Amino acid sequence: MTYLDHAATTPMLPEAVEAYLSAASELGNASSIHTPGRGARRRVEEARESVAAALGARPSEVIFTSGGTESDNLAVKGIFWARRGADPLRSRVIAGAVEHHAVLDAVTWLARHERARVTWLPVDPLGRVEVGALHCALAEYGDEVAVCTAMWANNEVGTLQPVEELAAECATRGVPLHTDAIQAVGQVPVDFAASGAAALSVSGHKLGGPIGVGALVLSRDVACTPLLHGGGQERDVRSGTLDVPGIAAFAAAVGTAVKGQQEYAARVSGLRDELIARVRQVVPEAVLNGDPVQRLPANAHFSFPGCEGDALLLLLDAQGIACSTGSACSAGVAQASHVLLAMGEDADRGRSSLRFTLGHTSSSADIDALVAALPEIVERARAAGALRGIRG
Amino acid sequence: MSGGVDSAVAAARAVDAGYDVTGVHLALARNPQTYRSGARGCCTLEDSRDARRAADVIGIPFYVWDMADEFHAGVVDDFVAEYAAGRTPNPCLRCNEKIKFAAVLDRAVALGFDAVVTGHHARLGLDGLLRRSVDAAKDQSYVLAVLTRAQLDRAIFPLGDSTKAAVRAEAAERDLAVAEKPDSHDICFIADGDTQGFLASRLGAAPGDIVDASTGEVLGAHAGAFSYTVGQRRGLRLERPAPDGRPRYVLSITPVTNTVTVGPVEALDVSTVYGDRPVWTAEPWPLAGVECEVQLRAHGEAVPATVTADLAGMTARLRRPVRGIAAGQAVVAYRPDPAGDIVLGSATISATDQ
Repeated sequence: MTYLDHAATTPMLPEAVEAYLSAASELGNASSIHTPGRGARRRVEEARESVAAALGARPSEVIFTSGGTESDNLAVKGIFWARRGADPLRSRVIAGAVEHHAVLDAVTWLARHERARVTWLPVDPLGRVEVGALHCALAEYGDEVAVCTAMWANNEVGTLQPVEELAAECATRGVPLHTDAIQAVGQVPVDFAASGAAALSVSGHKLGGPIGVGALVLSRDVACTPLLHGGGQERDVRSGTLDVPGIAAFAAAVGTAVKGQQEYAARVSGLRDELIARVRQVVPEAVLNGDPVQRLPANAHFSFPGCEGDALLLLLDAQGIACSTGSACSAGVAQASHVLLAMGEDADRGRSSLRFTLGHTSSSADIDALVAALPEIVERARAAGALRGIRG
Repeated sequence: MSGGVDSAVAAARAVDAGYDVTGVHLALARNPQTYRSGARGCCTLEDSRDARRAADVIGIPFYVWDMADEFHAGVVDDFVAEYAAGRTPNPCLRCNEKIKFAAVLDRAVALGFDAVVTGHHARLGLDGLLRRSVDAAKDQSYVLAVLTRAQLDRAIFPLGDSTKAAVRAEAAERDLAVAEKPDSHDICFIADGDTQGFLASRLGAAPGDIVDASTGEVLGAHAGAFSYTVGQRRGLRLERPAPDGRPRYVLSITPVTNTVTVGPVEALDVSTVYGDRPVWTAEPWPLAGVECEVQLRAHGEAVPATVTADLAGMTARLRRPVRGIAAGQAVVAYRPDPAGDIVLGSATISATDQ
């Protein structure tokens, strides 16, 4: 099998599996005050220190969650509620237009059910959020803004975002910035303290850890209303018995990913550039989406004019090649990508795209398999696209 | 793969027969319900999941294809338009004709597939002849008769030689959880079964007159012509009984004047049926007429007739009069055969004569 969908999930690192199994064999609820409980608690706190160090944060700023979606929801909703609770005028959310659905849908839910008003920050044709737009939004609405959210790197087209500049803008008006760094950690340097962000989401399974664990890095002076109430774990922000094995594995993965980030980025961006060049060679009309330079080292996102994205996926799958359209999926039916639409692409282009993402197990052989299969597949997918009236 | 037992067993049999099979669930609803409630309608997200699980067990790839737009334009809108025109449509005909064996088949062929397999109860042999299923009560050859020769050549119906009971038993043997799932009935896109309500919401209630066929007298009022179909007796609520005291039946619906015309039962007798959009797949066109049987309703009995047909249309002269034939339904010509009655062709009923 040729796996080119590491942005969806990537194999668990051996050290993460080992950490998981080792901790899973131990007994103890990290909240119990007796010996076994303290043993479990110790494993959690060691993990917390390790994750904090890797991300440029303080241990007390790391809140363990069930993954990226929960971290995003907790940050967006929790900070919104806390800020509005302190001052009812603060009922506006500023959000990037290309956020992952775990942020996007949380924001639209707040708009629909919590009477939040929303300012969407547009992106340029390369998918980069316009700092000027944030500046204007803050100038106009500064005192009304509860929270701003803008991702560190876009999960679909890979474009890196100007997080430090966005955070600096927010700081001028005292607005907390949340950043979804789920795709960024392990691929590019991510330093929470240096970024100026107030909150940052991380997901375990995107960087070789287990599915079902993640973290919200939350600045100590930013209030956040919990989504989950109960035992008061994670400084009352996130109740729930701590997943000790998951957290241990998560920490192992974060450690490896961050420590090896520079070397990994160099290796995988070389592979990525090779993939881009060879795809263009066999399908000259393919269009690379996103910033060609300021992009995630493992991400290559293409549009294939006139082709239907799900036809491409099906045909590649039949050849044992796994990738993604990167677009939202409801009941298995793909929608046109909101990211491409926000970048100014038409709906057809939005449905004619494929995302190839490499990972720590990728090699040139994967690219060989892809370029061998592509030409005939593109031809068939174009025929299927023509039936649907998809223009090239 | 609808998520029902028939398509699941059909897929499994196709695999056993040596085909390289891929399971596809059609997303046809614009706002699919999450859970199945009862046996009405299809296909909810739960049906999609049932189809996916069946594909897992059978061991084939599974995808969901979005055909909601095509389905709405070709089947749902057509259904409403036919009622608005005073006819009684059968949407399954249009779905087979335009979606399952057209939009889906065309896409499949473009992607490199050779044929579409479905769980329809009908037989399609190597001789290319479409025949009734062995299970007369479940036979679906009537709604498949709308398929052209080209469509039949790329269709496979693995269930035709089995009864429904046998199909369910086989599903259980194959560990398919859908073995006990009730069949969906009625119209798949009207989940609550309230066809009248569905039509009312799309066509609006337009009150009009109920008139006598022979005298032209207005006998009563109706709240919407789409509530009536040819041969209907109930629900007329006429102000005055007929002079002869006998019941009145709906003879026709005229949209232009929004009138429902009624008359005595003998006026329902039809001896000649005209159809348009003809299809003739088993033999050359019967220009000089062929003796056969015709079925005029989805669950009606076939009656002897002489049928002539060409590209322009079909005429069926019935040996004995039949009542309650509605324009919009299909007229399907069969040749009785011990190996399964053969579908000769079909057309959409456009008019009738006494």
